[in-house]
Amino acid sequence: MGASAIVGERVSKRYEIGRARQQHDTLRDAVSDAARRSAARLGGRLRRGPTEPSDLETLWALRDVSFEIKRGDLVGIVGNNGAGKSTLLKIISRITEPTSGRVGINGRVGSLLEVGTGFHPELTGRENVFLYASILGMRQTEITRRFDEIVEFADVTRFLDTPVKRYSSGMQVRLAFAVAAYLEPDILLVDEVLAVGDAAFQKKCLGRMGESATEGRTVVFVSHNMAVMKALCKRGMVLHGGQLTYDGTIDEAISRYLGNLEQMITIPVVKRTDRTGWDMVRVRQIRIRGGQRDGDVVTTGGPATFEFELAGQLPSTSCNFIILDDLGHPVTEFNSENPAPDDVFGSDAPTRFVCEIPELPLIAGRYRIDVELHAQGHLQDRLQSAAVFDVEQGVMGGRPVSGESGRGSMAVRHRWTRTADELSDVV
Amino acid sequence: MSTEALGRGSSVAWDDSFEHVLEPTHGLGALRLPELISFRELLYFLTWRDIKVRYKQTALGVIWAILQPVLAMILFSIVFSDVAKISSQGVPYPIFSYCALVPWLFFANSVQLSSLSLTLNPNLITKVYFPRVYVVTSPILASLVDFALASVILIGLMIYYSVAPRGVGVILLVPLLLLALMTTFGVSAWLAALNVKYRDVRFAVPFMIQVWMFASPVVYSVAALPAAWRDVYGLNPMSTVIEGFRWALVGTPPPSAGSVLLSVLTGLIIFVGGLLYFNRTERRFADIV
Repeated sequence: MGASAIVGERVSKRYEIGRARQQHDTLRDAVSDAARRSAARLGGRLRRGPTEPSDLETLWALRDVSFEIKRGDLVGIVGNNGAGKSTLLKIISRITEPTSGRVGINGRVGSLLEVGTGFHPELTGRENVFLYASILGMRQTEITRRFDEIVEFADVTRFLDTPVKRYSSGMQVRLAFAVAAYLEPDILLVDEVLAVGDAAFQKKCLGRMGESATEGRTVVFVSHNMAVMKALCKRGMVLHGGQLTYDGTIDEAISRYLGNLEQMITIPVVKRTDRTGWDMVRVRQIRIRGGQRDGDVVTTGGPATFEFELAGQLPSTSCNFIILDDLGHPVTEFNSENPAPDDVFGSDAPTRFVCEIPELPLIAGRYRIDVELHAQGHLQDRLQSAAVFDVEQGVMGGRPVSGESGRGSMAVRHRWTRTADELSDVV
Repeated sequence: MSTEALGRGSSVAWDDSFEHVLEPTHGLGALRLPELISFRELLYFLTWRDIKVRYKQTALGVIWAILQPVLAMILFSIVFSDVAKISSQGVPYPIFSYCALVPWLFFANSVQLSSLSLTLNPNLITKVYFPRVYVVTSPILASLVDFALASVILIGLMIYYSVAPRGVGVILLVPLLLLALMTTFGVSAWLAALNVKYRDVRFAVPFMIQVWMFASPVVYSVAALPAAWRDVYGLNPMSTVIEGFRWALVGTPPPSAGSVLLSVLTGLIIFVGGLLYFNRTERRFADIV
């Protein structure tokens, strides 16, 4: 056995989008498709028709990715949505095969691509611990030995014999993660699972994962939370459009990833292709403006306007967007579906949404937004890192806010009162 | 910043000493028996889950396992014996049909549950790795519990109608059950793998099972058919299973040697074919489920 835990050699994965999108293939489709194809083939003999699947129908989720991860490495993989992070983890964990290339692995792989996969709502907490642990590849003797620790870690001792469907979602996550945390694979793959659960529990899990690393375990971690990545990983890999564009320190990886995001933002919204949703209506243009006087400058405590222009028109379309700070933490969310008396309903099938914020409660810094459109009960369009904007220092409620302390990202209008007790002995 | 890809064409430390190598597989794919063995505990847990969950939150609970064949027996006795006057080869019709219903319902229920098992657990398929064949196998093994419970009633009925089993012939129930298991697994594996891609299977299965039941000697006996047909009936392995059960337990004439041979052959073909088809398509499940 060498010192490598995982080696990837020109790993590529191709998806046929046509097939992936139509999730419910039917035999009828297959039959008519086959008929069309053989007809096309017949025609192709006469003149060259478009019989081969063109590049438009396939998507390279990964393309020629080569890397080596040493035993005991703590690697964070960053990249925007659709960059291939999850696909890479799925290949390493054998869930899906590479289309070409190969991956060599030394040691037992434990993957945590989603918490609680395989939990059965009708079974009790105790039963689910055994089921889930065995799905993750733990042996029964191991589970029995670790059972008390797992239950204690999850803090659900009192509810062990209650069906999991009566658990709060937080409890379910805790129990599932506790099981996973006691997995003892040589290589642990973790995908974004800490996004759930409360902060205190997240911290506990991170501590536990840090311990794993000091025990010589290899951990490969994917998250959109850059702060967590920084805290946990030493090495970072950047995936961009299915290719490995950087492999080095985590700090450099994160700054390159954020650079990537900004580069994405220089692409006009209308030309962005990294979207998800039904796409019957989509965001065509985004404008972020400050107050009238200052033009485009957005300041702390000043007015700000977020304007979204749509391509397409559907009844009951709603728009929501999230403001995230420079490390990718969501700061706050705005949703047109949640009405207030001041809202203006000009049209039920709007082509433009304007969100006005009279006093922007953000401290100086760089922020970006993720946008979603919903209509007809479906996600129509989701664009992450749709736009970036800078907030300049300003005044909130008459109080200058410099934001230089770097603590938090909010500025809130407030008032102090300083009083002294009249009978005080203080001279 | 540069977005030029790293590693393109560059060599990495590939030294051919890895414990596992993951690369595209072609053709039928290997059966990976050692892996199946190392994951055997999971099969046990999945089966145990299916047993525990099957009758959760039902008022009658496990009684359903008995009620299904008993109600079918009563219905069949009225319709096919009293009304249609179908011959039951001198055996009281209730036990004649019940004896067939026990293996038949095992097959029908297993196929129904197992063919949907992959699409009912998409998260298991797309988020964790383990031999997927166990997802299809566990509902079948769990149905064996129902089979055992229904068999208890069968014993009760045999005592009630004072029907004696055929002595040593009862031992032949074991290979007959094995034939039923092989057929059940083979059909389920085919359908479950097909259902991942074509959801039509979900709608087709109930109808298929109904047709298959009338193509099997559940409500009638093969002896009632023209002689030329009797061997051909062996093409349906469940026919031999049912006729064999009746022969061993209630003393009807045995299925013809030709039909038994044919059944074993088709049973094997269904089993191996199902396994191979499943194995060949398994690698694409996570991408299309």
